[in-house]
Amino acid sequence: MYQTNMYEGMLAETITMPGANGDVINAYFARPLGAGPFPGMVLIHHMPGWDEWYREATRKFAHHGYATISPNLYFRAGHGTPEDVAAKVRAAGGIPDDQAVGDAEGAMKFLRSLPILNGKVGIFGTCSGGRHATLSASRVKGFDALVDCWGGGVVMAQADLTPNRPVAPIEYTKDLSCPILGLFGEEDKSPTPEQVALHEAELKKHNKVYEFHMYPKAGHGFFYYDRAAYRQEQAIDGWKKTFAFLEKHLL
Amino acid sequence: MIVKQVAVEGSGKGTSGWFEVRGANVSYDHPYGMSAEHALNIDFVNEAQGPGARVAVELSAESARALVNTILAVLAQAELGGYIELKAER
Repeated sequence: MYQTNMYEGMLAETITMPGANGDVINAYFARPLGAGPFPGMVLIHHMPGWDEWYREATRKFAHHGYATISPNLYFRAGHGTPEDVAAKVRAAGGIPDDQAVGDAEGAMKFLRSLPILNGKVGIFGTCSGGRHATLSASRVKGFDALVDCWGGGVVMAQADLTPNRPVAPIEYTKDLSCPILGLFGEEDKSPTPEQVALHEAELKKHNKVYEFHMYPKAGHGFFYYDRAAYRQEQAIDGWKKTFAFLEKHLL
Repeated sequence: MIVKQVAVEGSGKGTSGWFEVRGANVSYDHPYGMSAEHALNIDFVNEAQGPGARVAVELSAESARALVNTILAVLAQAELGGYIELKAER
């Protein structure tokens, strides 16, 4: 816990890293100054893109003592404002799951290559990033904690499967290799509370370590202070639970 | 996310002025500017000119339906008046 007489400093900058298929993509990387060792965090951005909120979140995790990287999952769609690039990706039906998992794995390996790492890496994502984070921690070994914030499409109907999203992430639950914290809103339409309950039942069935919280009077994206979806009380509690969970599993 | 793409021809005014519009991407998804969880979003784009060649609108479902009906009504009136040129006549 930060005290006012403590020294604090961080380095935050855009870097490049190898992602899926060895493609070099850009990423935003923020870490506390000093030799560490620090736990690592991979942040997977949401459908609206690799935007300012994710830069701020990356610095927030660094402020809490994590070497944190947020890869640009939309790098291959070209460059422009985050909204314009995200609109292009949306028109294409999103990015392929395999590519997102490959980029998350690349980010995790980048952190593991650093001499300042304490040997532990977590993954956090919101919205489609929560879904991608869940997929990544299930399909790739090397993550020690997963935070899924309202990841829609973890439970999918057969009709919703596409070439980009060929398998519902819930199908990989048995392979999840780390504890999961899930934060959800009761009024969310994706995931609905029913879908969250199905996900929870699957985790229970496979004896996974999980902690799910369903917030009343909150919908999709209740952390986003720049949107109408923001719910102050629930967001404060959600961040508190996030850092308590990570402290437990990554320190 | 529900999304469909349609090829269209026309022009749109973006942040850098007018550009040739070649496609419209229609989705029902989270909006950026509108205060709603979901909206009917239309992006008029020219992919060849990069992600920035885009004119975006976000509408409530009710507004989108009203817009569609209005467009069809205006086109019907224009057709009745003989104003709509056939492609071959241009």
